[in-house]
Amino acid sequence: MSDSEFAITSQGLTRRFGSLIAVNEVDLKIPRGQIYGFLGPNGSGKSTTIRMLCGLLTPSAGSAQVLGMDTRKESEKLKQLIGYMTQRFSLFEDMSVMENLRFISEIYAIDRKSRKTRVAELLEKFDLSSRIKQKAGTLSGGQKQRLALAAATLHKPKILFLDEPTSAVDPQNRRDFWETLFELAEQGTTILVSTHYMDEAARCHRLAILDQGVKVADGSPRELGNEIHSHVIEVSAEDPNLARAALVDEAKIISITQLGVRLRILIPKEFSGPVEIVSSRLGQANVDAEVEQVFPDLEDVFVAVTELRREAIAA
Amino acid sequence: MKSLIRIFAVMRKEFLQLSRDRLTFGMIVGIPLIQLLMFGYAINTDVRNLSAAYSDEADTHLSREFIAEISASQVINIRHRVSSAQELNQLLDNGTISIGIYIPDDFDRRVINRDRQAVQLLVDGTDPIILGVAQQLTSIPIAFDSQTSIRPDSNLIEVRNYYNPERRSAVNIVPGLVGVILTMTMVLFTAVAIVREKERGNMELLINTPVKTPELMLGKIFPYIFIGLIQLVIILSAGRILFSVPMRGSGLDVFATSLLFIATNLSLGLLISTISKTQFQAMQMAFFILLPSILLSGFMFPFDGMPVAAQYIAEVLPLTHFNRLIRGIVLRGADMMSMWDELVALAAFMFIALTLAIARFNKRLD
Ligand SMILES: Nc1ncnc2c1ncn2[C@@H]1O[C@H](COP(=O)(O)OP(=O)(O)OP(=O)(O)O)[C@@H](O)[C@H]1O
Ligand SMILES: [Mg+2]
Repeated sequence: MSDSEFAITSQGLTRRFGSLIAVNEVDLKIPRGQIYGFLGPNGSGKSTTIRMLCGLLTPSAGSAQVLGMDTRKESEKLKQLIGYMTQRFSLFEDMSVMENLRFISEIYAIDRKSRKTRVAELLEKFDLSSRIKQKAGTLSGGQKQRLALAAATLHKPKILFLDEPTSAVDPQNRRDFWETLFELAEQGTTILVSTHYMDEAARCHRLAILDQGVKVADGSPRELGNEIHSHVIEVSAEDPNLARAALVDEAKIISITQLGVRLRILIPKEFSGPVEIVSSRLGQANVDAEVEQVFPDLEDVFVAVTELRREAIAA
Repeated sequence: MKSLIRIFAVMRKEFLQLSRDRLTFGMIVGIPLIQLLMFGYAINTDVRNLSAAYSDEADTHLSREFIAEISASQVINIRHRVSSAQELNQLLDNGTISIGIYIPDDFDRRVINRDRQAVQLLVDGTDPIILGVAQQLTSIPIAFDSQTSIRPDSNLIEVRNYYNPERRSAVNIVPGLVGVILTMTMVLFTAVAIVREKERGNMELLINTPVKTPELMLGKIFPYIFIGLIQLVIILSAGRILFSVPMRGSGLDVFATSLLFIATNLSLGLLISTISKTQFQAMQMAFFILLPSILLSGFMFPFDGMPVAAQYIAEVLPLTHFNRLIRGIVLRGADMMSMWDELVALAAFMFIALTLAIARFNKRLD
């Protein structure tokens, strides 16, 4: 069986809240030892999917297997094997860093001798040694995040679920954080991380893009760029607003995104000569600009798949 | 073994958080003291249908007429007839009746001669309201039809005030307050302790760990048992110092009964916490239990004086049973086991509430 190859699989995983479909028939195959990303805007169902995979929410339909165990029936057995860092800080704010980690080490019933050394090891690793007496509630965003990660990895889980772990963290800390994730992955931990940062998604081995509860694309960042159904055209103009105005009526263009003085334009692959389409429009409007075709980045992929889906729904 | 480690972990965490929560900690000590002072004076009300029993050693026409007369007043409700004063005492002791009527065998002669009292009312005087009722009954006239022109004479009926000869209301209030305060704090604290973790997001972390539901519940309950016992000691000792409330029964009985009652209320609190989503909801539900407990349990008004419907409601309140127990033990020196049925009722409450709480609490968010 291919069971051993995948840490997480799901078939038609669905969750409804009343009439809202928060997660809609999501199929997943997440290989072991990889960092797998969930990329999606607010409300796209990232947290809900992670909660179902942890066995915290019961799926309305479909099923999921984590380490070969069914999340509906064997969630208790799974608890010992998975770590979960919640989107919202969920350690005890009125307890110190040390007290929190000690509590976690006891709740996982780690044997007495290793408890102390493991906590000390994590304090060292996550640079919290100088803060052991500080109340968790008074830590900075980055410190809280490191404490939460320390708590989630204390029992050396085989799978780590991280729900938007870097939302309150500065760029330097984010880099360090990802270093740690790669270390963990190298040691064999499978990591599922949700994010709405493109640069973070680009670091994942593989990722799924979620939009309104639907998985609209998945693959490695490179594959996603290759498979995108659009050409990406970059326009550099002195007055990007003029250029934008000239292009906005063009029916073949599915989206225009402004990045400083540059515009990134998506045109479906069924149209050939995308550069010419854009240049001729700009020429008609007498706008002076440089036009070139570029390799899609994740943001382009994201815009392309979500726009395509919106159009498909509208049609 | 692992279970024990986890229960202790939860317990220690609760203690830690409690010791940091100044306000709650203050309430643990403050509530009993403030309430004790507040309820220092009782509220008097009219009552009817107090349980009574009589022993008629005379058994003459006149004595039977007297009993008929006294029960026609509807203030008391005669439930038993016994054959000796001693049996009346026993019924008073175990709380079956509030008033005992004793008629000696020379009743007729006493009525004619009017030299000594002809009837004794034996009263559980710890309840000032009952005592008032007894005083009222002494005005019932007793005379042979042939005895004309006798002035209404209260000398014929004597009130024997048992347990509370000085007629102090605090004597009755203080043990009752033990139950009220324990209900208030125990139900509220546990209910809020769990709901707070839901609100703060800690619950999502906890339910993702291997901790089992009963482990989590037990770990959360234990610290509060300890707190309940502290409150018990505060109320009883303050009651003794401030109001000289006696302690007639065995301390061990008080301890055991209170322990059972505390556990019952904690289980109720847990059950509430599994139903409510916010701390505010939890508080509302706790008050939903607390209010009828105060009003109907016999703490404020004598149980027998309440309408039948209210009595039925009162029977499903743990405080009603606890009040009977604690008053019996503290004020009348009764043996806990002589009221075993009340103990069974409390244990049943606890068992049902705890089972429901554990069944309802599932380690999921949906
Ligand atoms: N318990 C709930 N009851 C009702 N609706 C819910 C519940 N939890 C989530 N939802 C809804 O489900 C949808 C998906 O929510 P989810 O939290 O999974 O999104 P997300 O991708 O994690 O968003 P974000 O980036 O903001 O964290 C949202 O529309 C949300 O309002
Ligand atoms: Mg989320």
